[in-house]
Amino acid sequence: MLENIDFTLVNWSRGQFALTAMFHWIFVPLTLGLSYIMAYMETMYVKTGDPEWKRITKFWMKLFGINFAIGVATGIILEFEFGTNWSNYSWFVGDIFGAPLAIEGIMAFFLESTFIAVMFFGWDKVSKRFHLTATWLTAIGASLSAIWILVANAWMQNPVGTFFNPETARNEMINFWDVFLSETAVNKFVHTITSGFVLASIFVIGVSSWFLIKKRELLLAKRSIVIASVFGLISSFVLIGTGDSSAKEIVKTQPMKLAAMEALYEGQTNAPLVAFGILSGKENHKNVDADSQADFLFKIEIPSMLSWLAYGDTDNFVAGIKDLIMGNEEQGILSYEEKIKRGYEAQQALLALKKVQKNNPESPEAEALKAKFRDPDFIENNVKYFGYGNFYDPDPEVLKKNAFKMVPPISMTFYAFHIMVILGGLFLLLFAVFLYLVMKDQLHNKKWLLWAGVWTIPLAYIASQAGWIVAEVGRQPWVIQDLMPTMKAVTHIDVGSVMTTFILFSVTFIGLFIAEIRIMIKQIKVGPQKKEDINNV
Amino acid sequence: MFESLSHLALQQYWWIIISVLGGALVFLMFVQGGQTLIYQVGKSKDERTMLINALGRKWEFTFTTLVTFGGAFFASFPLFYSTSFGGAYWAWMVLLFAFILQAVSYEFRSRPGNVFGARTYETFLFINGLIGTFLLGVVVASFFTGSPFTLTDLNETRWESPLRGLELLFNLHNLILGLAVFFLGRTLGLLYFKNTVEDEKIENNIRKQLWYNALPFLILFVAFITWLMFRDGYAINPDNGEIFMEPYKYFRNLIEMPLVLILFLAAVILVIYGIAITLFRNSSAGIWFTGPGTFLAVFSLFLVAGFNNTAFYPSSIDPQSSLTIMKASSSHFTLTVMSYVSLMIPIVAAYIWFTWRAINKKKISKDELSSGESHFY
Repeated sequence: MLENIDFTLVNWSRGQFALTAMFHWIFVPLTLGLSYIMAYMETMYVKTGDPEWKRITKFWMKLFGINFAIGVATGIILEFEFGTNWSNYSWFVGDIFGAPLAIEGIMAFFLESTFIAVMFFGWDKVSKRFHLTATWLTAIGASLSAIWILVANAWMQNPVGTFFNPETARNEMINFWDVFLSETAVNKFVHTITSGFVLASIFVIGVSSWFLIKKRELLLAKRSIVIASVFGLISSFVLIGTGDSSAKEIVKTQPMKLAAMEALYEGQTNAPLVAFGILSGKENHKNVDADSQADFLFKIEIPSMLSWLAYGDTDNFVAGIKDLIMGNEEQGILSYEEKIKRGYEAQQALLALKKVQKNNPESPEAEALKAKFRDPDFIENNVKYFGYGNFYDPDPEVLKKNAFKMVPPISMTFYAFHIMVILGGLFLLLFAVFLYLVMKDQLHNKKWLLWAGVWTIPLAYIASQAGWIVAEVGRQPWVIQDLMPTMKAVTHIDVGSVMTTFILFSVTFIGLFIAEIRIMIKQIKVGPQKKEDINNV
Repeated sequence: MFESLSHLALQQYWWIIISVLGGALVFLMFVQGGQTLIYQVGKSKDERTMLINALGRKWEFTFTTLVTFGGAFFASFPLFYSTSFGGAYWAWMVLLFAFILQAVSYEFRSRPGNVFGARTYETFLFINGLIGTFLLGVVVASFFTGSPFTLTDLNETRWESPLRGLELLFNLHNLILGLAVFFLGRTLGLLYFKNTVEDEKIENNIRKQLWYNALPFLILFVAFITWLMFRDGYAINPDNGEIFMEPYKYFRNLIEMPLVLILFLAAVILVIYGIAITLFRNSSAGIWFTGPGTFLAVFSLFLVAGFNNTAFYPSSIDPQSSLTIMKASSSHFTLTVMSYVSLMIPIVAAYIWFTWRAINKKKISKDELSSGESHFY
């Protein structure tokens, strides 16, 4: 019953997590990508022995170090917040979610932190080859840490490889490989990590462009641009490819998210893709009902494209928001109302079990209830919709209304998705143009283009954040798809405590952000070490 | 291999791993302790830079160990994670802030344009050293003193104190362990400086400071252990899982687990020996005794807290809600998977050891400051 939920607490907790996650994600993608770019540059140094390569490597490494520190500082907050602010979640899925976090620590973080120390302090202490290995291992460590947290996130979007244990009242893992190698996990990892590669490539191109504009460090800038544009170009293709396969998978696992991404209210065959559109804002996720219609002020559509994107076949039916809520018998879609009732039944069975177990844990009644949770039919028809039960209400009218509340913020998801896609295309173009011109040695005199390179840096960050908004806002109201709504996951705590920590985090983040940006800009302006000191580089 | 073990055996195995990580974490708190001594040991700017660089190439180990300790606890005993982190909200949050500040301070301190100035970042390091050690000690003490929580049928936590974790500060025993860990961190920090930095003035200051920190540590530690040995403990009745108060429980645990007792006594000897050779023989090897001693002491105390039918995270208001390693753990399957992952720990330890030696081959001295070769904080 929704009136028992303290939505102020839920919203502040969500706000705090969003704030931390988004702030963390400002720094992570650059770390992911720049580490490989540096490693490649150092490889060139070791191969050719050209000290200029060492200068280049050390310059980018310095920027890497500044950026890396904040990524670390904010990463630990997320780990703690799973417990401090989402304690019900921590128990309900800790059996699955905890493992990747621990593996991340053991496998990736130590690798990263050990070899980053060699990378920074080892220039005169270890051999060239050992140092190069350390740089590569730092990059690999960063990617490994991304794998595990993304596996955990993917599982929340598509909870596979687990079952619900009524005894402990939580989900438990039964197949590690299903969790680790689920389609969602693979798509998410490749898509996310290549987005980091693209962002880092744009960062390198942007900073190098600035040097070319200022007519400084021409060799450093040109070499860096060649490496970054090739890296960015290849990564972009993979990024777009996995974006496409993600859409094909989301339509199966999170159809509501896909519908929100396109603001598709009515399902249809030969569904068109809105390439660009502006919503009037009159219709939003708070007032969806049986008569709601998409209300574009303006849109450019590509006929049948959405069906093709989602299924690889233009004739396929793509479900809209209303089909999913109200059901669509023809397409075999169960209504939310029905799912709520079924989930509620599973929840009631659990409560009944706990009640009889209090008197006698071994009673036949308890055994019968436990057996229910092992029955494949009950699992498939009821336990699967466990989380829907939280939207139940004895009054059928209220229940019906609740079903219409289970919609993610539509316009936010829609815009975030479109911004991400449009910018992704633009980046691909940028890499191609920069690569072409730098190879022809025509780049340094195209001032406007160089400025465009500089100003693409903030766009890369916007695209990257937009991607996460699609993934995380688009899956609301779920924290774990179909199993646990966000409102049930929070820690029971006074809202004042969460507001206070929210404000403390905001102040801290603003302070750190200003310091980081200023240090970064200063360091770029100072540039690499002077050539006269080359023996000392 | 692991799948054939019983659930209980896996739970015990994971409690041992948690104890290993806990021990490693407190040992590595020499970084935090060292951070609180920069101004007492380093009298000039160059001296302070040397000290900060000595710590600066190690802080990430401590940080990573903390993150892994949290992650491993989450994975193996999720009910502890949800109960303690969600319940003692403010204790963990304050601890968390102290570590956020640390992570940027080394990198930003000496950079041009860092907005707040070097002194601010040094203050952050001090705050991290003070709160990081003290509060961690306080929270660990609550493994013996208990916390005010109850659990529902569905294992949801209700924390009964509105202070959300800060109430732990009103318990004298918690405070004593907190202060003990604080002075222990400082003692270890001094021993680490002695081992890493080559500078006459610094070395003189280290020995003086060692008296001021090792003695309070030893007194507080003895006080905590004496009290622990005499107090009642939260015991589990193995037949029905009920929790009851047993007199001298923790003392009994040591006696009934002789191996743990031996480890603990060895730990105490190592800790004292490392301090003594530094004070009386001017040795720089003290850290290699006091460090492992610290590791063993914390390791054995964790075993005392969780083994031999003891509730490791007791509830002071509803003993039956107390967490035991059986009740709080992950499923058999998850612990099995995690156990395979744990086989990587020796490899990790090996490469840490290898790189540590490679980087510490040369002592930090004034000459190195001007060489311009290395990355400097």
